Amino acid sequence: MSADVRHDAIVLSHLSKSFGNVQAVRSIDLTIARGEIVALLGPNGAGKTTTIDMILGLSRPDTGTVTLFGASTRDAVQAGEVGGMLQTGSPPQYLNVRELITMVASLYPRPLDVDKVLKLTGTMDIAKRSTVKLSGGQTQRVRFAVALVANPDLLVLDEPTAAIDVEGRRDFWNIMREVAADGKTVIFATHYLEEADSYADRIVLMARGRIVADGPPTEIKAKVGGRVIRATLENVDVAELSQIPGVTAADRRGEGITIKCADGDACDKVLRELLTRYPGARDFEVRGVGLEDAFLELTANDEDDEDLEQGLL
Amino acid sequence: MKHLTYLKFEVLRTLRNRRFLIFSLIFPLVLFFAIAGPNKHITVEGIHFPLYYMTAMASWGSMTAMLSSGARIAAERQIGWTRQMKITPLSTRTYFSAKVLCGYMMAIFSILCLGIAGSALGVHLSAIEWLKMMALLLVGLIPFAVIGILLGHLMKVDSLGPALGGVTSLFALLGGSFGPIFTSGIMLNVVKDIPSYWLVQASQSVLSPSGWPPAQAWIVIAIWTIAMTRVAMRVYQRDTQRVS
Repeated sequence: MSADVRHDAIVLSHLSKSFGNVQAVRSIDLTIARGEIVALLGPNGAGKTTTIDMILGLSRPDTGTVTLFGASTRDAVQAGEVGGMLQTGSPPQYLNVRELITMVASLYPRPLDVDKVLKLTGTMDIAKRSTVKLSGGQTQRVRFAVALVANPDLLVLDEPTAAIDVEGRRDFWNIMREVAADGKTVIFATHYLEEADSYADRIVLMARGRIVADGPPTEIKAKVGGRVIRATLENVDVAELSQIPGVTAADRRGEGITIKCADGDACDKVLRELLTRYPGARDFEVRGVGLEDAFLELTANDEDDEDLEQGLL
Repeated sequence: MKHLTYLKFEVLRTLRNRRFLIFSLIFPLVLFFAIAGPNKHITVEGIHFPLYYMTAMASWGSMTAMLSSGARIAAERQIGWTRQMKITPLSTRTYFSAKVLCGYMMAIFSILCLGIAGSALGVHLSAIEWLKMMALLLVGLIPFAVIGILLGHLMKVDSLGPALGGVTSLFALLGGSFGPIFTSGIMLNVVKDIPSYWLVQASQSVLSPSGWPPAQAWIVIAIWTIAMTRVAMRVYQRDTQRVS
């Protein structure tokens, strides 16, 4: 049974989920077309994992529906159209890596060749090793292999690179791209803007249970990729600072100045210019705006969001 | 069966679990040789003592195998593997069935090992008697398959060992695996409502020629199975809905 090409891969409609008093996901609507690679980006507690659990049928929505390839989650999962990497899900004991992958492959109607997956994920050299004798990075590769061997039309990955270093992260995404090249749909959760920017062709920004922005990476990056420079500098006019190219906002309190710029590149230029113009400037501190702050800015004018103003979360 | 490869690996995992093998195979054997060995020429009320003790240990060993097979789900829950399995086409029913089948496999191993040990001490049973004992034991084990799965969903790995040990010992003790503790009175009627009592009776059906169990046995087994299945299903549903 192959998924109908006419249907979108994922359609979420009015999806909500609460845990006690905490509204983890608040009536979100989202449609993901076949073949899209979408990043679900947001700070911790944004509702990413809850959304993913509902997409996979691991958690039942309070309201709203999940449709995968035009069918229910249950049907899509049973037809082997869905594969996933959850935040938890360590391989079980008493199997070696090859046996584990073979076992998982046997559950799916159209699995990839086990050898191919072992090669692809760099687990061939540990194929005979017991699943409990793996390092953190190796475990992550094995979990990745578990998701890949299913050869699903939709791959759902919940913070797949959380436990691996930068180099491993690049390897991971190179493999993912290769696998997804034949039209797979991929949705992954992350709290790294860089990761979302580099590997997704669409970013859905979530915060406090809502989708607060949705668009191509360039667009989202412009919204949330800002940098803040702080420094000590006496007797400077704020208006002068604001005129430095790349500065989006400037402020001064006593001897401390705060300058905002759109992204990392702009920030570098502003810093150089600042040093040239004001050799007396010192105590530099540069930081990213951060997703949480960026979100607050994005929703600052959201007047119907009462409980945010009241700080209920 | 659709998922033969899956079942094959589940069996493999069961056989590689050394602790599981020790508790369901080795312990009953050791106890059997320790107790029945020195008494191998003794006959109590016309029953050859090693035969009596072999049937007692068969009930204990097979029950341990069955309970701990389901209870191993606790470990898979703890590492999040059950959630991973839920997003594969493997149905929950098949996942549980595989655990029960592995439990039965180990239970049969346990009984066979004791059979061999028994013959070493001069126990003799006809093929018919063996079949009868085995068949009745397999029926008597049904509630324990469900209780095992229930434990697997109630317990954390840390508390599983003591809980499993406690539950098994209590059932074995009350049921009479280590010898009957009540032979008359109100407590006998109480323990007759416990499935392990009938498991022991099933095992000891070969001790007397008339030994088919009474209707009460089937009723107790059925009621425990249904009740425990209900509880297990409720616990399973609660467990499936993630609370965080």
